[in-house]
Formats: sequence, C-alpha cells, structure tokens
Amino acid sequence: MPAGSGPPAAEYMIMASASQGNDVFAAQAARQARGHERSVAAPEKEASVRFDISDLNFYYGSKQAVFGLNLKIPKNKVTALIGPSGCGKSTFLRTLNRMNETIRNTRVAGKILLDGQSILDMDVVKLRRRVGMVFQRPNPFPKSIYDNVAYGLRVNGYSGRLGDLVEHSLKRAALWEEVKDSLHKSAFALSGGQQQRLCIARALAVDPEVLLLDEPCSALDPVTTAKIEELMFQLKDSCTMAIVTHNMQQAARASDFTAFMLDGKLIEHNETSKLFTTPQDPRTEAYITGRFG
Amino acid sequence: MERHFERDLEELKQRLLWMGSLAERAVHQAVHAVLDADENLAESVLSEEDAINEMQIEIDDRVQRLLALQAPMAADLRFLLAVTRINSDLERIGDQAVNIAQSAMRILRHPQVKPYVDLPRMSELAEGMVRDSLNAVVRGDPELARNVLQRDDQVDRLRDQLFRELLTYMMENSAVVFAAFELILVAKNLERIGDHATNIAEDVIYFVAGRDVRHPALDRR
Repeated sequence: MPAGSGPPAAEYMIMASASQGNDVFAAQAARQARGHERSVAAPEKEASVRFDISDLNFYYGSKQAVFGLNLKIPKNKVTALIGPSGCGKSTFLRTLNRMNETIRNTRVAGKILLDGQSILDMDVVKLRRRVGMVFQRPNPFPKSIYDNVAYGLRVNGYSGRLGDLVEHSLKRAALWEEVKDSLHKSAFALSGGQQQRLCIARALAVDPEVLLLDEPCSALDPVTTAKIEELMFQLKDSCTMAIVTHNMQQAARASDFTAFMLDGKLIEHNETSKLFTTPQDPRTEAYITGRFG
Repeated sequence: MERHFERDLEELKQRLLWMGSLAERAVHQAVHAVLDADENLAESVLSEEDAINEMQIEIDDRVQRLLALQAPMAADLRFLLAVTRINSDLERIGDQAVNIAQSAMRILRHPQVKPYVDLPRMSELAEGMVRDSLNAVVRGDPELARNVLQRDDQVDRLRDQLFRELLTYMMENSAVVFAAFELILVAKNLERIGDHATNIAEDVIYFVAGRDVRHPALDRR
C-alpha cells in the first residue's frame, strides 16, 4: 500500500503491492519507450552473438536463392525467419548446419561463423552435433522411443549413463511424463505432436548449442503447437534457436527476434516486439498486415 | 501448462492496480489538502503526477505489445481493450486530483468559507467508487461494478447541493467569492472523479460479460 494513504487497505491494493518493486524499472521502461527507439539500431548489441553471417550467397546450380545476406543470430534467444513461400528462408536455415550439401549441385559463398569459427572449415558431422535440426514432418527412427533418443549418443561414442541422459532429454522436450512408462514402445505409436517432441528430444540429446527448426508445427494442431512454443520458451536459456515459420502469429508469439526475407534477400531484422508494432520497411509492413501480393 | 502469456496478463493487471492505488492516494491527499489547509499534502500530490503519467505510457506499451505479439481472443482481448480505457480514466483521475491540489494551494491562506460537511461526504463517496471499481477489476465482479454505477447519482446530487450552497454564500458576502469559487471547482473535480470511476465499472462489465453498458440512454435496437 502506498505510504501516507488514508483509506483502508483495499483488496486491489494487496494485489497491486506485488508489483511495487517494479516502479523504478517500469518508469525506466516508460522513458525508453517514449524516447528514441525508432532507429533500428542492431538489437543484438544487447545479447552476444551465436551465428555471424555476412555476405551469404547461395546457389542451386545456376539459380541464386540467397543474395548478400547479413545477419547476426543472438545467443540463447529465439530468432524467427518469416517471409512468403520461396523467399529463401528454409534454404538459409539449412546453410547453418550445411544440410544443403545433401542436395546436389549447390554452392555457398560468404562467411558463416559459429562462435567466431567458420562452419565451412569445420568437420560437418561435428557441426551437426552442435547445430541440431527439427523438420516440418516429425521423422522418428523406426525404433523404440528410448533408442531414438539414445541413437545419437551411441553413434557419438557416449560412454556415460545413457538412461539418465535419455530421461534428461525427454524432460527437456516436455515428453518424459507421457512416455516414461513406455520407453520400449515404437516411436510410431506416438501422436504427431509427441513424435515431434521426440525429434526435439533426440536433437537435444547430444546437447547442441543451436537448434534449427524448419516449420516444426505446421503439421500439428493448435494445442500441440502451443505446447511446443512454450517448450521453446523454456529451452532458450540453454539453447539458441532459429525457427522458420510461415505462420506470422507463431513468430510473433514465440520469438525474441524476427528476420523478414523476400526474394532471397533480408529486408528487415529487429526485436520481434518492434518489428510487429513499428516495422521500418514498407515491404515488411505489407507482409505482416496481410496486404502482400 | 501456464503459458507465459498468462503471466504477462497477470503482471499487466498488477501494474494497472498499482496505478489505481497511486490515483486513489492522490485524490485522498488532495481533498485533505483542501479540508485541512495542508500545503505539504498538496505539494505531495503535485509531485506524484509524473509517476501516474509514466505508468499510463508503460501500461499502454504493454498492451500494444501483447495485442501485437499474442493476437488474443475473447476474454483476453476484451480485457486488454478494457485496460487501455481504465488506464486512461485513472490518468484523468490523477489529473483531477492535481486540480484539487492546485485549488487547495490557492485557498490556503483564505479563511474557511463554511464548515466542511458536504465536501468530505462527497470525497468519501468518490474515493469509495474509485476503490470499489478497482476491486471489481481484481475480482472480475460485475455486481460490484453495477453497485458503483448506482452511486454516481448521489455524487451528482451532492455536487448540485454544494453549488447552490456556495452560490448563496458568494451572493451574501463578496469577501468569500475567491475561496468559494475554488470550492465549486473542487466539487466539480470530485464529480468528474466519480464519472471516471463509473467508466471503470462499465469496463469491468465489458471485459467480464462482454456487454457494452455505456450510454444506456442510447437505443441499441
């Protein structure tokens, strides 16, 4: 209750006093909000950088798909990539763990640094352990739930207590409670949403620094989608995430930063809250307000 | 699974109620600055004005953010819309309190026009309406909100009564015109505070029940 107040303590004041300590910070926030935040000063100055991409060009044979892309992906945040179909967002995502190399006749030029080291010079298997991927359609292995998660560990020669790590990964993927009594069952016995969370657990098992998610929820219902978004919110403290989504609402709900791409170019990149309320580029505004095309 | 959106909504509610507590305190102090000819209380109200205004901006920013990023539906959407309106009414209540405090400063050294009887009654009523409208927000209680709406007539009647009385005093004794005029302004401010409290109560009914009960005289058919 504010000091010096005469009237009896009203119940609303009891609730309000919970936020008493926030006054200083809130006043600060209000001043900042009023001030000069119109400039799109690199928001990533506030967070350290996990991926530093400069002048990235990508080609499918003679067809160029990504043009001169410059982007810094902040550590331990969720960065969303949005844009219309064919804008190059999935192509770009796949360059981050060199998945495009599984396609013939592709070429990448430019710099992609992971924690300061060029990924193009790294051993690709080691890279893909550090930078995991989850795909649009859940793709569990034709094995048991346990073996799906344990697979990557076994392949990498993990010699510790496998069971503990499988449990830990399933917990991080918010799937443990649902499957703990049936780990031996086939992964295909799970629902679509559970399979997707299993794929996330599988990716997390090798403790990646980054998780790339390519439209992970487009095959899932809204309730499951919400669970996975909440999961991402919890995971980001320990894992940097980049998510491609054609669902703008998802980008708005679930990400800290958003990058808008069009025709292979990066048009705008900013804190999600700023991009969706005051976009700087008219093309971004046209896209997010649905006036595109 | 509690979504972090729900926590954001809860936090927003708390900030709104904190703003409400600042506004209610401002009214209480401002009126007592008049009743007790207390300069310190008046100055306290004037110095608190910025805090209330900053909160209005902060709360509007939070609402804008939540609307943009979460695209809320149904009760969540109505709640956020109601918050922007309540926010605005609370800021206006703060302004009215400042006006009252300024009147207090101006009549500080003037002798009291008459014993204060109706003014304290009116302020108690208005403060009670503000307090109960905010309690209605906490509880999501449309009954309490309707109860607040019903008290508005009493406040209006007290204002009219005060006007008549003070006019009479002014006509009988021109020496008191200055102070009496300020008291008329104070009564007007208190009546406006009551109006803002009824607005808040209407907003509670809106976000709880989805019914817009503003301007009952309008034919809604």
